Amino acid sequence: MEVLGLYNYFIFAVLLMIGLYCVLARTNIIKSLIGLSIFQSAVFLLYISMDKIDGGTAPIIQEGVENQIFANPLPQVLILTAIVVGISTTALALAVTVRIKEAYGTIEEDKIQEMDREQ
Amino acid sequence: MMTIVFSLFLLTMLVIVAVAILRTDNLFTAVMLSGIFSLIMAANFFILDAADVALTEAVIGAGISTVLFLGALALTAEHDRSPPVGSWVPLLTPSALGGVIIFATFQAPRLGDPNAIVHKHVAPWYLEKTPELIDVPNVVTAVLASFRGYDTLGEVFVVFIACIGVMSLLGRVRPLRDSIEEGEFDKRTDNLRHHLLPRVVGKMLVPFIVLFGLYVQFHGDFGPGGGFQAGALIAAGVILYSLVEGGPRGRELVPEWFSSMLVALGAFTYTSVGVASMAMGGRFLDYSALSHDPVHGQHLGILIIEAGVGMTVAGVMITIFHAFSRRGIR
Repeated sequence: MEVLGLYNYFIFAVLLMIGLYCVLARTNIIKSLIGLSIFQSAVFLLYISMDKIDGGTAPIIQEGVENQIFANPLPQVLILTAIVVGISTTALALAVTVRIKEAYGTIEEDKIQEMDREQ
Repeated sequence: MMTIVFSLFLLTMLVIVAVAILRTDNLFTAVMLSGIFSLIMAANFFILDAADVALTEAVIGAGISTVLFLGALALTAEHDRSPPVGSWVPLLTPSALGGVIIFATFQAPRLGDPNAIVHKHVAPWYLEKTPELIDVPNVVTAVLASFRGYDTLGEVFVVFIACIGVMSLLGRVRPLRDSIEEGEFDKRTDNLRHHLLPRVVGKMLVPFIVLFGLYVQFHGDFGPGGGFQAGALIAAGVILYSLVEGGPRGRELVPEWFSSMLVALGAFTYTSVGVASMAMGGRFLDYSALSHDPVHGQHLGILIIEAGVGMTVAGVMITIFHAFSRRGIR
């Protein structure tokens, strides 16, 4: 049971590393961006895992119910806004990718570097 | 017990989907899988008692993010032509780092431990004081909109600036016809009107999605929801309409001047609430000054700034989507 309580953190570490590997090993920009969003989701998972409390419920106060245990609202607020900011920055990165495709005709990093060197 | 089994299953599924994303060479598959990844992640968040976050992740991660990636794919390439990985360096770094992180987690408090440090610091104060100072049932909304209103204002402006960035990168009219073939081009600018099922079902869903978005917007104080989720939901409804009917018709429904005006108007509304509370004798974003009854002032302030957040987020998502979809046509 003790190890099961850490399972969320293990998954966080594994997802983080899959995302990082995707960014490092793939030269395709869109694939790297997908890797980056996996990386980001892993961080979200870590934060949300920290808000869980035994016997707790979502932090919405119900009238007439006494002695409720609530999950920690702070990581939730942080991640809620981080998701929206994350998609906006991803969109910006995708827009840059589209411009790179238009300028170079490819979205493979190694080919773009080759072209840059030739110039 | 059932919840534990289910959550273990979902977490394992996350890793499987992530590995599948890593292995596939087809970018379309990778994007669709990342939509599934987000949906599983949303279910996970829900199990972890984060209803608001689950709603946001489901709308943004599984919905809008997938559409934006597909929009970018249509303008770039469908295949990942990365050379087969020969070097072991990219593998070595993540596995070493992952090993260190996993080693470090043995020191971490187990999941749900009531004595973990996060539950002992400021969180109890927020949970205890919210009914008294803000008096809205949803503590997440109270913290987001009132206690930490500055942070949320900052985040609204980050979204705002990202939107300006996308507009300035993709907004200019430049033909893309030369980079893709003619037949391909027609296929891409086409809509789903000639497909009966997506057209009928998709169009039927749009009003309900928008209605649900409005419910989430105005019910955010009482249940899971708020401006961020509502804005994304409404944008998802508009995007679905544009997908079914084609980009030009989507731009007739929500003209671009309107969506970009929403972006600015939302950020302006948020800031002016802050300035108004200063003018009424309080500090910046101190809603208690807005009314003679501090708690009533808080309600009013939260309602208005959530509306501002909703407008900005909806406007940003729609504007970004249009920027991508229009780029493919011209």
